[in-house]
Amino acid sequence: MGLLYQIFIDPFVQMGTAPDLFVQTLWEGMVGGVLYALIALGFVLIFKASGVFNFAQGIMVVFAALTLVGLYNAGVPAFLALGLTIAVMFALAFTVERAVLRPLVNQPDIILFMATFGLTYFLIGFGQFVFGGEPKVMITEQLYLPKGTITYKALGGVISLQKLDIAAAVIASVMVAGLAVFFSKTRIGRALRAVADSHSAALSVGISLEQIWVIVWFAAGLVALVTGIMWGARSDVSFALDVIALKALPVLILGGLTSIPGAIVGGLIIGIGEKLWEFYWGPLIGGGTDSWFAFVLALVFLLFRPQGLFGERIIERV
Amino acid sequence: MRAPGGPEVAVGDVLLAVENVSLSFGGVKAVSDVSFDIRKGEIRAIIGPNGAGKTSMLNIINGFYQPQQGRITFKGETHAKMRPHEAASGGIARTFQNVALFRGMTALDNIMAGRTLKMHSNFFWQLLRYGPAMREEVQHRRRVEEIIDFLKIQEIRRVPVGRLPYGLQKRVELGRALAMEPELLLLDEPMAGMNIEEKEDMSRFVLDVNDYYGTTIALIEHDMGVVMDLSDRVVVLDHGIKIADGTPEGVKGNQAVIDAYLGVAH
Repeated sequence: MGLLYQIFIDPFVQMGTAPDLFVQTLWEGMVGGVLYALIALGFVLIFKASGVFNFAQGIMVVFAALTLVGLYNAGVPAFLALGLTIAVMFALAFTVERAVLRPLVNQPDIILFMATFGLTYFLIGFGQFVFGGEPKVMITEQLYLPKGTITYKALGGVISLQKLDIAAAVIASVMVAGLAVFFSKTRIGRALRAVADSHSAALSVGISLEQIWVIVWFAAGLVALVTGIMWGARSDVSFALDVIALKALPVLILGGLTSIPGAIVGGLIIGIGEKLWEFYWGPLIGGGTDSWFAFVLALVFLLFRPQGLFGERIIERV
Repeated sequence: MRAPGGPEVAVGDVLLAVENVSLSFGGVKAVSDVSFDIRKGEIRAIIGPNGAGKTSMLNIINGFYQPQQGRITFKGETHAKMRPHEAASGGIARTFQNVALFRGMTALDNIMAGRTLKMHSNFFWQLLRYGPAMREEVQHRRRVEEIIDFLKIQEIRRVPVGRLPYGLQKRVELGRALAMEPELLLLDEPMAGMNIEEKEDMSRFVLDVNDYYGTTIALIEHDMGVVMDLSDRVVVLDHGIKIADGTPEGVKGNQAVIDAYLGVAH
């Protein structure tokens, strides 16, 4: 009886009696969720347009951040380094299309998936070779990202918000909104969606699959860069960052592999759920829940809605 | 082009000619040594029983399949094979047997997608969605609205095509092909699975496209009545081989064609 009370009643009583803590936890979960959502967004972009599950998305985040910091440390001014990093991400997209996707076109999905594993390890090796393996500090100040905290007295307590987190949320929202407009209103965006829906029909109206692949990989590279800057600013830039990319997998299962809104909502659910669970239910089982919570939630989801919240319904004709 | 009320006469120069084209998949011969031509302004039907190689033929013309032998001459240029992009930019548009639309997009966006090759503003204007990109968008939208009016699908332009009934999906697909302003339009069973009323509508549109835009049309069709009414000339395939070529009346009386359709005692 006591245990049931602790599981089903007590956490909510705590939420009610200390709303400031609740809001603080909610906010922190949301910030984490935004970053998960950004990584998942990179996966979704590539999966939609080319049907490739890009295992290398996590390492692209690290690679982009590393390139930025590496260039800056080599004496390049911060904003020039940013520009050059964008150029590097474009070169990466172009090379991937030429060297990986094009030779493997029409191969089974699993082959392409394995190829992205190869890409992952290539990027790790190449990144370490060029920039070295030691952790680096993200150049937040040089990029004029805000720092410090804002504190509010509210709800009978104090809520403190990191300015960097606010900036991350704002930048992420702007980027997502920008991508949404780009996808729905422009020729290239239409072509991207067209390729996602039907390869043969896209070819028949003269859309070039090669060009589209370069564009999506570049877009995913840009998303990776933004993610890398934000994550790097919160911890530091190292190859350990790519484990967070694994957190994007449950986000994708929740949101559905093909849905941009799904990636965002999925990211927020995982981020917030993870923090609330750790804070209110974690103590019951000794804490440390945020390493597994997302995966268990995804497992539960798979049982009831295997296509994800916004994914396309899987209908098979028999 | 059809002279009103008179007999069908195929006029104009040769727009596309396939010569001695063969295509096989492993041991299966889909098309063997087929030659025929399509003249400017005509409606050319390709008929034949199931598995005759009709769709393979269309796929060869628009570059989806690359034949092992033979040549394709389009607008005076001879190719060993076409490429999809080459075909599309050269002015060949097509529809598909099992409707290949962009299902998640609206009818309007589907048809706009047909303008892809006509739009040129670069990636960065597109990103900003401003200046040249915006002007271009407006100008092409106007053309697309004309096509929407022409096909009488005004009221469904904002509906995602996956939700439309089959007959309308086929019409949207025709619209997307028309948006490319093709010189040669390939229609793969445009009336398959339609009821009589829808078939009549579609036939009307095919004739109107031919008259109004002067588009040359090659179509695959199973409904003999439709073929006889629409086409200027008919080529008949069976098991990948051309067995007849001529006017609808001529083909109808051809013994080889009758045998292919009805079967013969061996």
